[in-house]
Formats: sequence, structure tokens, C-alpha cells
Amino acid sequence: MAENRHDTDNPPADGTVTARPRSTVRSLLRLWPYARAVRGRLAVSVTAATLGMLSTLAVPVLLGRIVDGPLATHDLAALRPLVGLLLLLGLFEAGLFYTRRVVLARPLAGLETAMRGDLFAKLQRLPVSFHDRWGSGQLLSRATADMYTMRLFLAFPLVFLIVNSVMFLAGAVVMFTQDWRLALIALVPVVPLFLLTRRFESGYSGASRLAQDQNGDLATVVEESVLGIRILKAFGRHRSMAERFRAQSQELRRTELHKAHLLANLWSVIVGLPEIALGCALAAGAYLVAHDELSAGALVAFLSTALALRWPVESLGWLLAYANEAATATDRFFEVLDEPDTPDPGTATGLGARDGIRFTGVRFRYPDAPAGSPDLLTGIDLHIRSGETMALVGATGSGKTTLTALLPRLYEATAGTITLDGRDLRDLPRERLRELVAVAFEEPTLFSATVRENVLMGAPGASGEQLRSALATAQAGFVDKLPEGADTEVGEQGLSLSGGQRQRLALARAVVGDPAFLVLDDPLSALDVHTEALVERALREVLGTTTALVVAHRPSTVLLADRVAVLADGRIEAVGTHQELLRDCAHYRELMSGEAALVPEGSAAP
Amino acid sequence: MTTTADPTKADPAKGEPATAARSAEEELPPPPADEEDIPVPPGAPRALLRSLLGPHRARITVAMVVILVQQAALQSGPLLVAVAMDRAIPALREHDSGPLVAVIAAYLFCALLSPVLQWAFIKISARVNQDILLELRGRIFRHAQRLSLDFHERYTSGRIISRATSDIDALRELLSEGLQELLTVFLSVCYISVLLLVLDWRLGLVSLVSAVPLALIARSFRSRSRRVYRRSRTSAASLIVRFTETMNGIRPVQAFRREKANDAAFALVNRQSATATADGLLEIARYVGLSRATANLWVTGVVLFGAYLVVDDTLEVGALTAFVLYLRRLYDPIDQLAMFLNSYQSAAAALEKIAGLLAHEPTVAEPAEPKELPQAASGRITVKGREVSFERTRFAYPTGREVLAPFDLLIPAGQTVAVVGATGAGKSTLAKLLARFYDPSDGRIRLDGVDLRELATPELRRGVVMVTQESFLFSGTVAENIAIGRPGATREEVEQAARDIGAYGFIAELPDGFDTDVRKRGGRISAGQRQLVAFARALLADPAVLILDEATSSLDVPGEQAVQRAMRTVLAGRTAVIIAHRLSTVEIADRVLVMDQGRIVEDGSPQELIDGAGRFAALHRAWRDSLV
Repeated sequence: MAENRHDTDNPPADGTVTARPRSTVRSLLRLWPYARAVRGRLAVSVTAATLGMLSTLAVPVLLGRIVDGPLATHDLAALRPLVGLLLLLGLFEAGLFYTRRVVLARPLAGLETAMRGDLFAKLQRLPVSFHDRWGSGQLLSRATADMYTMRLFLAFPLVFLIVNSVMFLAGAVVMFTQDWRLALIALVPVVPLFLLTRRFESGYSGASRLAQDQNGDLATVVEESVLGIRILKAFGRHRSMAERFRAQSQELRRTELHKAHLLANLWSVIVGLPEIALGCALAAGAYLVAHDELSAGALVAFLSTALALRWPVESLGWLLAYANEAATATDRFFEVLDEPDTPDPGTATGLGARDGIRFTGVRFRYPDAPAGSPDLLTGIDLHIRSGETMALVGATGSGKTTLTALLPRLYEATAGTITLDGRDLRDLPRERLRELVAVAFEEPTLFSATVRENVLMGAPGASGEQLRSALATAQAGFVDKLPEGADTEVGEQGLSLSGGQRQRLALARAVVGDPAFLVLDDPLSALDVHTEALVERALREVLGTTTALVVAHRPSTVLLADRVAVLADGRIEAVGTHQELLRDCAHYRELMSGEAALVPEGSAAP
Repeated sequence: MTTTADPTKADPAKGEPATAARSAEEELPPPPADEEDIPVPPGAPRALLRSLLGPHRARITVAMVVILVQQAALQSGPLLVAVAMDRAIPALREHDSGPLVAVIAAYLFCALLSPVLQWAFIKISARVNQDILLELRGRIFRHAQRLSLDFHERYTSGRIISRATSDIDALRELLSEGLQELLTVFLSVCYISVLLLVLDWRLGLVSLVSAVPLALIARSFRSRSRRVYRRSRTSAASLIVRFTETMNGIRPVQAFRREKANDAAFALVNRQSATATADGLLEIARYVGLSRATANLWVTGVVLFGAYLVVDDTLEVGALTAFVLYLRRLYDPIDQLAMFLNSYQSAAAALEKIAGLLAHEPTVAEPAEPKELPQAASGRITVKGREVSFERTRFAYPTGREVLAPFDLLIPAGQTVAVVGATGAGKSTLAKLLARFYDPSDGRIRLDGVDLRELATPELRRGVVMVTQESFLFSGTVAENIAIGRPGATREEVEQAARDIGAYGFIAELPDGFDTDVRKRGGRISAGQRQLVAFARALLADPAVLILDEATSSLDVPGEQAVQRAMRTVLAGRTAVIIAHRLSTVEIADRVLVMDQGRIVEDGSPQELIDGAGRFAALHRAWRDSLV
């Protein structure tokens, strides 16, 4: 099942993530669709880097010419063109260094942007059940730190992996042409180095993945500690939260130190082995020279070549480390992008005859509910007639909010059908469905935007008149008192309004533009009695023209409805008017007045 | 008729002067902070860096010595080759293998020493880096927790998150790559400079003068890129703000089809970030190109100068060759230096932001000399509560808008006080003052005679705990969430607290009972259930003074009644301040305060007020009518 594979938001300390190794190259190849757009630039950059290296190598040759030629003969006239050439070569080299970086600057920043944009777009469209599963810090770290790692890899390590490999191969060929015996000795370390880097790779990519996951978990703790600051302050618990943060950052530190340990091991071998081999080559070479089997000049040339290859080999250490980190970052990125899109095959646009909302045999269980647990909704049959307002009541935790989430298809019913005016929800494109069904959530969320934008989200294109009337319905007169009225920025980056104020704006958002179907989840909980009465009065008019489902906790809210449905044990236990139910339904009486609840809910028999 | 919510219809019979009208009908929060609202005191980033590096001075020194020796070992390779060529081979021809053996031994020794030292350096520096990051992460976290609520209400949560995540990443980059780079660059530059001067002091001096233009280029890069990197940090923060906001509100995002609009809004910040990133990269490219060109120009100049010296017979040809080859190596680290400058600039910008946050002092400060609450007097063994007194307490926003007019209020130990009134009457502010979320603008609040400002947080929270209507759950199990009330509470105590408040039943029915992870299935714990968890948390905390701010708003009637029944026993002997829209709560109160426009306008026992003809009597009638 997909979610098992992706359930990495809390990687266990034993590092199960390493249990599914994946070749670094295979992971990195997945970047190709994005890198394709910059392949031309990448090629230019690699070429510039290679030419830059070559011109770097050409300088000593040119210097040799100068020394052997004009200087040896003290011929200053012949010196000028050669020095001019040296200057040109130097400027050419500088130009190449500049080009190598310049060609990639904008394209790579653009590539990062494209990837991040895709991630964001994908995340927004993944079902709510996906977001339930993933720590938000995990998503955030994918959008920031991982993205940076991937971009950095394409900018430097990738280019140098190519350039240095070319350099190394060319150098190796040159060494063989110089003296094959010495070349063999000098290149012996290649075999153990190859095996070693393979081993390093498997260990390091596991550690790198773990560090990235832990970084994400850390981001989650930070986020929670900020969002829950009032509770932490109220209980003076910032110390225990800081302890928890400390414990997690300690873990990250351990992982990072483990990474450093692996890297130190690799690097010391990468630096050491070739040097030892070179020492041996030096000994052998000296012996050959002493026995006149090799000229001193040839030995010097060979050793210079070998020393010049030091950097390409040594750089392998950090290039590999980068490649591994980029590979695990890519894995993390594609874990999200590979999530299957929720199919949206519906094509219907119109609705049928006015029939209201009809639930038939609707069952629901959360995708991650433990096996063996009963379904949360076990067969809902309910008909809300067109134009009718139905209140939904039920004990705390009986599934009222879940039931309302099925209407805009934030969750998909596991069985049964829901129809709007005779049209199955699944036949409607989600976009269209959500146009038809407006929701006011239990927890009113405002976005960083103006009051106007926040409210008109419910009906893009609604007029200023409609905005005013929605605000009036929700008794959100305070908006006029805001510094810039309806154009005041609210939400995270704007004014932080009180719970009651947010709830009224959320209500206005739901009712603006006269939606055909309206879902209100306990819409008045944060209002004081007086405001609640005013809102109720105004809401009654709105409800008169739509088909509505209103989750209610109290009698005053229930009275907004024409009829009431009682939810219990995953089914609709009873439907009727408030009076009927009070008369006939004991459970309802208990819910509304608490009279039957002599034993406090849930308390084990004392 | 109830008119409390509307100042235009405010009951003039109460004779309230018009001054209170400024406090408007609804409490409006102060405007949000801009990024620039958090000033960075001059020198703060540097001081921060010093304080971070300070404790590791010894290890940093060791690391530097290690890398110094390692570089020496590494650089000795060519030297040993030269010795082999000049001495060992001629000796070998004379059948004396001694020098060759010595040279090879020395070479192999260096070949072994260098990786060992490299290994040690990586290990030591990783430890230093990670310790610094750990410390800095902890500091940001602790400081953000210490900052007062008014700060959090103005400073976007996403910005704090970005301080502790992406800004830290920038620093990590500098520490893990940059410092090693800088050290090796520095050492090889020193080493080669000395070599150059030894080879030929005239040419050496000429070469070293190139440091002047190179330094100028580096300086221009730094000043040009500083702005770019600041921009880059700011745009990274706004990206995070957008991102977290969208993901935290995914339900309304989808229900209101915000996806496309959000894509566009995100693309905007995303592009800003890309532009800043690219601008930074272009600055580096420019720096590298310019310094390379300068360096190569210098090389040509030195060759020309050297050539004249050679022609004048004051310099050996061989010496010039060696000199120029070494000179090239002097400039080799330019690229590395660019990498370093890049991470340095980025980290400097991040450090600046972090230093700004850390330098921001909480307005609600810890006392310098905390006092302790007096021990419960022997006479009130049965009374857990403490006496609360507001003395000429006044609260106004920094903007000057008055929320609470000066007032006196004495709540005897053990009394349960209900505070009612319209939205914006100042009820929540009163509660927040008592919980010391804010400090009063004037006057004071005493708990058993001790000013709240003189109590250290742990002592204060043993005394006063507040349950808000907001019922955020932290990731972890249900039991852990309740245990926030009293860390170290036993499982029995946690379960008892849940039982007392009527939350035991639903928790037991969760998939893993009290051990259910609320994040994994957290979306499923309804708002009402979360409020019950919040209550259980407060019960477990067992404070002397309990403040309930709209703590039952999402409960249904049976839930609320269960809570109230529990409250009757729980609140016995405790001092309690209950703020509620629903007057059902008032039934358990000994005393009711009615607030209006920042003033307490009625004060009495519930029965007195109901029987009277004031606002409370009217409110109560309205509430009665709203019931079945």
C-alpha cells in the first residue's frame, strides 16, 4: 500500500529508511525532466569548466616555451608575443570561469523554482488524508532544504563530477603513454577506491536520508511550538518543549556526526591511498632512472601528471557526499510527487431535478484506521430536501464533522452514494462540486489576505454588494472598524483576529454568493449569546434559500433547522423536527438538555 | 433587551463617561510586525558569533593546528620529489640506496600522516560545527518560547520557523564547508607567500601587491551581495510563511478551491526567491571572473618583470620558472574563496536575522529576583486557592488604545468568579493579565500579596493556569498531551484527570487508547474532544488559580454538563475565573462580574444579579429563552 511506503514522517531511530536502498544514480536520474530544460546551459557550463581546466594546464606549457626560448637567448623581442599570448590565455581562462557560473545562475534558480512550484501545487491537490499522515515540517523541509541541496548539486558537484572524471581519464591515458609500469602502480588504488566508494555510498545515503528526515521532524516541533504557544505559556511548559526540541536536535547532531565520520573515513582513504601509490611509483621510478631504464625528465613529467590528478581524485570525497545528499533529497521530493493523484473523472456540470442532498448507505473509515476497528460511519441514509435546513446532532466524536467533510469530498466515502439534486458527487468534477457546496469549518481559518479576499473565496467574482450582505449576515460589523475596512490584511501576516471574529468571517465566506448547498459545522460556537442571536436571525434568511446541513451542539443552533438528524453509532438514529425528537428520542433529549446524562460521559463506573 | 454589544445603543443609565467609547465595540489587535520591525542592534550578529564560537576556542585551535600540519605534509610531496631527483637518484647510481629509502619513507610517512590528520580534522570540526548548530537551534527555540504573546501575535509563525530552519541551514552550510575552505585557503596563501618571498624578494613583493586589487574586488563583492543575500533570506522566509499557512489550512484551501490562486501567490514569492538566488550566483560569477582576470594579469606582469630581471642577469631562469608556477598556485584558491564568500554572505544575512530575533527582549520579562508565593496559611488547609487582587490595573495597547480602564478587584481565595459581557468587553484581556500573558500598562496584580511580575515562570504556573478556547494538540500521544499539565505525572493521574472531566470514554475508544498518536489520527479528534483534553490537562496541573477562557465553546450540552459537574468538585477551594458566553457556566460561580467596554459594570452573586434589573438579568433572560 502506498502509504506504508511513504510513512516516513517519523522514521524510527533504527533507520528503516536505509532498508530500501536505491542507487544514487537512479535517484538522480529522476531529476532529468527538470534538468532537461537547462541541459544546453549545463553542457555550456561543463564545456567552459573543461576548457578552463585545459587552459590552466596550458599555462605551464607556455611558460616552458618562454623559459626555453626568449629567456634562454635573452631575446626580449621574441618575448612580447609569447607574453601577450599568456595574457590572452589568462583572460580567456577568467572568461571561462565566469561563463561556467553565469550560464547556470538563472536557469538553476528557475529550476529550483519550478520544482518547488510543482511540489506546492501537488501538495495542495493531494487529499486531506495525505496531509493527516505527514508532519507539516516534513513537507516544509522538502520545499526548502531539499530543494536547495538539489540545486546546489546541479550547479557544482555535477559539473565537477563530469569535468574531473574527464580530467582523470585524460590524465590516466597520458600517464600510460609516459610509462605504463609506473602508471599501473599509480593507478592500483582505483580498484579499492571504487569498491570503497560503493560501500560509502550505501552507508552515507542512509545517514543523509535520516538527517533530512530528522531535519523535517525538527521543523515540525518548531512549527508546533509556535502554533501552540498559548498553551505552552499557559502551563509554563516551554522548558519541557525545549527539552523535546533538544532531544530531537541531539539526534540530528548524532546523525550529522555519523555522516562526518563516514566522510572522514572515505576522505582519509581517498587522500591516502593515491599518495601511497605515488610514493611507490616514485621509488620504482627512481630505481628505473638509476638503472637508466627511464630518463629523469620522463620521471618528472610522469610525477607532475600524477600530482596534477590529485585534485580530481581528492574532490571525489565531497562530490560523492553531495551526490548522495542530492539523491536522498530527490527521493524525498519524488515521494510526494509520486503520490497518486486523486482521480477526478467527473464531467457532469449540471444537476438534476431539485432533490436536495441524499446519503444512501454511506460508509466511511479513515484510510489509516487500524485493521479490525469498526467503520466510523456504518450506513448513513439521510435525505435533506431541496431548500431544507437539516441540523445534525450527535455525541462528541460521533462523526458529525467527518460526515460533513464527505460533501465537498475532502474525504471519499468508502461505500454508498451521496447525491446533490440527484447527481452523484463523483460524477461532478471536484472543482464544480466545491463551487456548489460551501463550508464553514469548525475551526475558522483565515488566510494572509484582505478580509475581502478571505470572504470572497467562497464566490470569486461576487459583487461588493454580496460581500456587504454576507458580512451583515455574519454580524461582522467590526470589519468597518478595521484600519482599512474590508481591505485590511488578516491572517498569519495580517491582523490576528479573535476566535469569534474569525468565526464570523468564516461564516460570511460560506454564505457569500448564495451557495446552492451549505455545510455549517457548529458555526456559532465562539460567539456570545447576543451576537449569536443576531447571527441566527440573519442566517435564517440565508438558509431559507439553500439546502443546508448544520452541525449543532446546542438547542439554539438546532432551532435554525427545519428538521434534525441524530447521529449515533455511525448511523442516523432518528430524523424529525426538534419537537418530535424531544418527544420520541431519548438520546436526542439527552444531547439537547443533558437530562438523561446522569453518569458523566465516558466515566468508568466508579 | 440586551444592548451590550453595541456602543451606539449603550445604556446611558449606567452613566459611563464617553471616554471608554474609544475602546470600540470589538477588541482589535495591534497591527502585525514587519520584518523590519525587529531591529538588529549594531554588532549583535558579531557578538552572537563570538558567543557561539567562544566555548570551542580550544577545539578550534586544535583543528587549526591539525590542518596546518596536514597542509605541510601535503605540500611536502613536490619537495620530496625534488630531493629524490637531485639527491637520491645520483646516490642510487653510486649504489647507495640509503637516500632513496629515506625519501620514500618520508614520502610514505607524509602519505599516511596527511589522511590521518584529515580524518582528525573532519571529526573535530564536525563536532564543533554540530555543537554550535545545536546551541544556536536551542537558543532560537528557547528564545521564541520566552518571547511574550504580544510578539507572537504580531510576528508571523512562519518567520520564526524560517529562523530556526532555513536560516540555520545557511549557517550549517558555512560551518560545514566554508570554514575548512577558509582555513586551507589561508594556510596555502601564507605558505606560498613565504615561499615566493624566499625564492625572490623583489618578485615576491610585486606578487603580494596583487592582494590589494583582489581585496578590493572581494570587498565590492561583499557590499554588493550583502543586499542580495538579505533579500534572499527575506524571500525564503515569506516562502515559508506561504507554505506553512497553506498546508495548515489545507481543508479550507480545498473546500474553497484556492489551489490556483495559491499557486499564483506562491509563484510570486517563489520567483522573488529565485531572482534573489540567481542575483547572488551572478555576483559570485562576477567576483570569480574579475579576480581570476586580475590574478592572471598579475602573473603576466610578473613574467614580464622577471624576464627583464633575467635579461639583466639578476635572476636565474630556473628560479623564475619555479616562481611563476608557485605564483599560479597562490591564486588557485580564488574559486574556493568564492565558495566561502558565498556561504559566508548567506550565513551572515541569516545570522543577522537570527541575532535580531534573539536580541528582541520579551515584554513580559522574567523577574531578576524572583519571589516565592507564601506557604498556604495553616488556617486554610482546605483552601487550595490563592487571593487575587487587581490594583488600579489598566491595560492599553502600545498604540495608546485603552482596553481596560483602571480598576480594582479583589477575588478572595477559593472564590469562583464568572466574567460575562459582549465580545470585546475586555474579558479575555482581564484573563490574560491574570495569566500574565501580558503585563498591565499601569497598576499591578497580586497573587497572595506577591506581584505577578515578581514570580518566576514555574512558580507562576503552579499558581495560575489558563485554559483557552483554542485547543491545539501537540504531536505525541493523548496521554502526553494531557501530561503537559504536569510533566512527570503518572499514567494513573493522567487517566484520573481524564476521568474527572468526562474524557475517559472517548479516549479509551481511540485505536490505541491513551497511547493514540494525535498527529496520525489527530484530524479525527474533534474540537469538542480537544477541549476535553485541554481541561484534563488543566486538572492535572492542579493550580491554585484556574482561568477558563471560553473553554467549553465547542462542547455539546452533555459534555458541558459533565464538565460543570466535574468543575463543582475540582474548583472547590480553588480560585477560579471563568469567562463564558454561555451562562450555564455561571451556575457554578459564587460571583459574577459583568464587563462592558473595558469596565466592570456589575458585580454580585448570580442570584442577586438575576433578581436585579441590570444587564446580567437581561442576558440571563435571553439565555434562558435560547434553551429548549
